Amino acid sequence: MAEITLVEAVSMALAHEIAHDPDVVILGEDVGINGGVFRATAGLQQRFGDDRVIDTPLAEAMIAGIAIGMATQGMKPVAEAQFMGFIYPMIDQIICHAARLRNRTRGRMSVPMVLRAPYGGGIHAPEHHSESTEALFAHMPGVRVVIPSSPSRAYGLLLAAIRNPDPVIFLEPKRIYRLYKEEVTDDGEDLPLDMCFVLRDGGDVTLVTWGAMTKETLEAADALTEQGISAEVIDVATIKPLDMDTILESVKKTGRCVIIHEAARTCGVGAEIAAQLAEKGLYDLHAPVQRVTGYDTIMPLYKIEKKYMPSTARILKAVNDVMEMS
Amino acid sequence: MKTIASFEIKYYQFLDEHGKPVIENMPALASDLDQLTQLYKTMTQVRIFDDKAIKLQRTGKLGTYASSLGHEAIHVGMGSAMKHEDVLAPMYREYGAMMCRGVKMSEILTYWGGNEEGSNFSGPAHDYPICVPIATQCMLASGSAMAFKLRKQPRVAVTIVGDGGSSKGDFLEALNAAGAWQLPVVFVIANNQWAISVPRKKQSGAQTLAQKGLAAGLPSVQVDGNDIVAVRWAMDTAIKRAREGKGASVIECITYRLSDHTTADDASRYRPTDEVEDAWKLEPLIRLKAYLKDQGVWSDDQQTELETECASAVEDAVTEYMNTPIPAITEMFDHMYDELPHDLAQQRAFALETENG
Repeated sequence: MAEITLVEAVSMALAHEIAHDPDVVILGEDVGINGGVFRATAGLQQRFGDDRVIDTPLAEAMIAGIAIGMATQGMKPVAEAQFMGFIYPMIDQIICHAARLRNRTRGRMSVPMVLRAPYGGGIHAPEHHSESTEALFAHMPGVRVVIPSSPSRAYGLLLAAIRNPDPVIFLEPKRIYRLYKEEVTDDGEDLPLDMCFVLRDGGDVTLVTWGAMTKETLEAADALTEQGISAEVIDVATIKPLDMDTILESVKKTGRCVIIHEAARTCGVGAEIAAQLAEKGLYDLHAPVQRVTGYDTIMPLYKIEKKYMPSTARILKAVNDVMEMS
Repeated sequence: MKTIASFEIKYYQFLDEHGKPVIENMPALASDLDQLTQLYKTMTQVRIFDDKAIKLQRTGKLGTYASSLGHEAIHVGMGSAMKHEDVLAPMYREYGAMMCRGVKMSEILTYWGGNEEGSNFSGPAHDYPICVPIATQCMLASGSAMAFKLRKQPRVAVTIVGDGGSSKGDFLEALNAAGAWQLPVVFVIANNQWAISVPRKKQSGAQTLAQKGLAAGLPSVQVDGNDIVAVRWAMDTAIKRAREGKGASVIECITYRLSDHTTADDASRYRPTDEVEDAWKLEPLIRLKAYLKDQGVWSDDQQTELETECASAVEDAVTEYMNTPIPAITEMFDHMYDELPHDLAQQRAFALETENG
């Protein structure tokens, strides 16, 4: 059993499914001989051939459209958007076709595809490379939105996404692509696509987050332990459908909740979680729900991108505010 | 200076507007009078269906409807050239093509009548439903063709856009992909001169729309879209080529949208009546009937009988449509995902509970 990074786990899951399912193909810009700009598909074309790992012309809407066409004819394409900043031309195809063909044909057609994209800031990338716009997809009926935050969850969730008979938007937090290694067995075991992961048990406050922000959130939980505050940390992982049961159960225990996400604040996924807490968990709360998020600004270029992104200190401040309010 | 590439677009017409052969050496279809008669019958059926659909809309029995009036040769030419295992990715007025594929008239009415069940049709299960967002269906055709190519299946995808749709990136990206990968697709452009109120000359500076295919490396032709012999000849050529693994083609069919864009449109606001009157002289049924009469295989009695039969079939379709049950509220939930997610299951339960109050 090897210790691997998150991006290597993505690669391992892709290789596993290509090897085990003849309908699975990868397509995208530079995914072939180059192995993808983040190396997520490194070596796969050499290993499986250029009819399984396909370099496409540079046209994002087309990559999505081709994948939908293939999926509706029974294949299981895994398309890559090179960066989330380039995913927007694909949205037309995703929202008009991928998300609705099953419904509008009353189940006659389905779209078993995955759209992978690296997302989020913090790697000193050029303009348009650092946004977190997962909420755009979470608002679309008919898709699933999945965000892994560790190598083992990336492996299991990506397997599940590829095997799922409906379209899955699989967003990979690129800031933690190589942050740490974890032992992952290539056993083909997938993970559920509708469940949060409780990363740490705690009794005083629930910290709800996903993607790369799990790093700062876990660091904050460590610092809180030193202050004598026991924080439960939840990795939402499946943004859509949202597993509110796990979050509500935790808040029932802790009575406090802070939601942390890198995306802009207004209408972010945190707003949905907070709304559902207000609807279903208000009487369990000892203090108002707080959000620690990116600002409603354009993500700044990298000189000050860190000031945009929620820091451990901002999370701690929010938790201390919540503790004081109750 | 030297010329490193040069191109031309050829225009094909075999039957003129009076139904007279324009060349001596006609395609084989021109002497296959049984098949031509059958095509004429289908085109007539589509015409009578279309007229009834508009009447249903005008009397409040159907929602907004997009007429196919004047496009019958293109649509029936497309659909009749395909095999069952091929894939059709239509836009939204190709009833002739869909009917050739086995879609029932009642199903088309059910769709425009506001019920998704109309797209769960009797045509091939791998055919796409009507596509409203312009030109996006071209991508689905190229994607289907990609699947056929990877699986080494001798199948062909056929799609269609209008003159307006040919301006869209989705059309051009689908063409480009088909050229780059040598995909088995046929792209039909139904150039009916009007994209709602925008005329062809304002749509593109290109001399022909077919030439857009040349930029993608695809053989591209222009045909008289009111001449089914020309449409079928071009379709047969393109489909054969695609099925043999030689790649995609573009066929620009010149026709005229004799109707309003949809029943929600009033074309008299933006186009001259004399233009429409002139276009009626070129429409596809007149010339095919004249040709069949000249060949001695069609008579006025047969015409009367055919119209009666077609009208009766349309009436049956209308009855079936009107008797189609209104979908249960649960239908809007039950086909969203293979497995209903728990949050949506809660919304479904709530909808059921509150439906009547």
